[in-house]
Amino acid sequence: MNMILSAQNVSKAYGSYQALRDVSLNIGDTEFVSIVGPNGAGKTTLVNVLTGLSRPTSGSVHFSGRSIAGIGPVRLAAMGMARSFQLVNVFPSLSVWESIAVAVSSRQGKARNPFATLFKSRQIDDEVQRVAATFGLSQKLTTTTGELSQGEKKLLDIASAFALRPRAILMDEPTSGVASADKYDIMELLVKAARLQGVGTIIQVEHDMTLVARYSHRIVALQEGRVIGDMTPDAFFKDPLMLEAVIGPAHSKQAQSAGETLLC
Amino acid sequence: MSALPETLPASTPAARPLLLGGVGPLVILLVGLAVSPVLLSAYATVTLMPVIAYGIAVLGMNILFGYTGMLSFGHAMFLAIGAYCAAVATQHGILSFEWILLVASGVGASIALIVGALCVRFTHIFFGVLTLAIGMLLHSFLFKFYDLTGGDQGMRVLRPTLLGQTWDMSATQFLSGPFYYYCLVVYVVFVLVTYRMIKSPVGLHLQAIRDNENKARYLGVHVYRLRLGAFVLSGMLGSIGGAMLGVSTGLADPELAYWTQSGNLIFMLVLGGAGTFSGPGVGALIFVLLQDIAASETQYWRFLLGATLTVLVLALPDGLLGTLSKYRGPGKNPGAQP
Repeated sequence: MNMILSAQNVSKAYGSYQALRDVSLNIGDTEFVSIVGPNGAGKTTLVNVLTGLSRPTSGSVHFSGRSIAGIGPVRLAAMGMARSFQLVNVFPSLSVWESIAVAVSSRQGKARNPFATLFKSRQIDDEVQRVAATFGLSQKLTTTTGELSQGEKKLLDIASAFALRPRAILMDEPTSGVASADKYDIMELLVKAARLQGVGTIIQVEHDMTLVARYSHRIVALQEGRVIGDMTPDAFFKDPLMLEAVIGPAHSKQAQSAGETLLC
Repeated sequence: MSALPETLPASTPAARPLLLGGVGPLVILLVGLAVSPVLLSAYATVTLMPVIAYGIAVLGMNILFGYTGMLSFGHAMFLAIGAYCAAVATQHGILSFEWILLVASGVGASIALIVGALCVRFTHIFFGVLTLAIGMLLHSFLFKFYDLTGGDQGMRVLRPTLLGQTWDMSATQFLSGPFYYYCLVVYVVFVLVTYRMIKSPVGLHLQAIRDNENKARYLGVHVYRLRLGAFVLSGMLGSIGGAMLGVSTGLADPELAYWTQSGNLIFMLVLGGAGTFSGPGVGALIFVLLQDIAASETQYWRFLLGATLTVLVLALPDGLLGTLSKYRGPGKNPGAQP
């Protein structure tokens, strides 16, 4: 496994508030990493720094060997990293086909020519069909996104990010706003889609500890802007200190047993 | 790491992109404009001339507002730029209308590039107010710099040559005959060009920016570059329309840059339906007819226009064609199909 994303001694301050303190992290090109921690631990700040959206106050961030500090979303996408957000983020008046085609045509570099074909392009259509089929959206291609159910919008949101065929994807709570019964379906889909689309690295911020336990190769725990733990799920769920720091004393027993059951 | 799976998922038969809709009304309008000189009096045809000029201008504004989501309140500045280009050119011996159109497009696009570089960083009301302010700056310039621009008198636009031919006929004959058809052909060409563009990945990316610029960025859409491109194109089309207006009235008038003129353009856009491909052209026709009929009946014609717009926004927020296409069938949304 090669390292694809690395942060070295990253600190980020907003005025006098220190959101990240000396965070170092190396993520491999075939890893599924979960970032966990209580509210205000700095998870979102870390993801923002790791995706080049905000520039660290000190320290460096590299993606496949190049510095990405503050490069912004467009160049990030071109470099092979995608990101999805906690809240559903879609194009309400575009159809499902068009929404996926935005990503496909941008990856294929088709949006440089104002007279390139879109609807008649086999190259775009094939890829859109394939991504839609992976996410179970084939029957909805002509539907306007605004008319989809909340769950379908979430799927489309993630599908369009996967359509970029990124090498790494960062997801802020991919299952938020989804009924807990459907969370596993979404996660299964994500893992399958990653395999189909050649996405090697998945990094997620997640609160649902059973999901974290089941899918992660590695868990990075944050508290008050510091990395307090970087370990396998196995080690994480056996460590009462970790559980107490991340989810609080009241629930840690419960999570520990949940983790143990899942890991067995 | 290999990216592609061995077997591709089967594609489904139902999966076709949304079909093109809504070019029908524009085709009817163009055919109507083409036969008007045959059916109508020369005088009536001349009154239709602005439909073509405004039609071209709102074609550009539709790309900027209807497809990219940026409403410019100062777009009349480009009408004025086109008209003054025609005036300066014809007064300096450049009488070929081909050259006039080239000069107007070039100057319009260059100014749009500068103004756009400043303005498209902002969206919504900030963009609108900035364009309004710059439009008013131009108006003051045209109005006050008497020596250069003729001030409130404006500048005369001489009759141009078309395809190297001089036309020895009355103004009405010229404007309802060769000049009318020349402009109509230019209009048709730009309808085809912009239609092709809207149906390209670039057009899709513009609509993605309109819908959700943040999401678009994360999918690799060059938001700033495309917004600027849309602004430059709309400025260029505005100048071409302005050059035509200048020739048809024989005058480049500072009032062309006044903000009420920008309001008229927005009126046409909203009336016909921004974001539908045909809407703005139809809006231009209705606006010109309303203005002509109402202005000949009453001096309060602006009141009538205002009332029409109020009713329209309340009752048909998607414009005439946007509302029509909504009722055409299930799954068809005016935003989703140009």
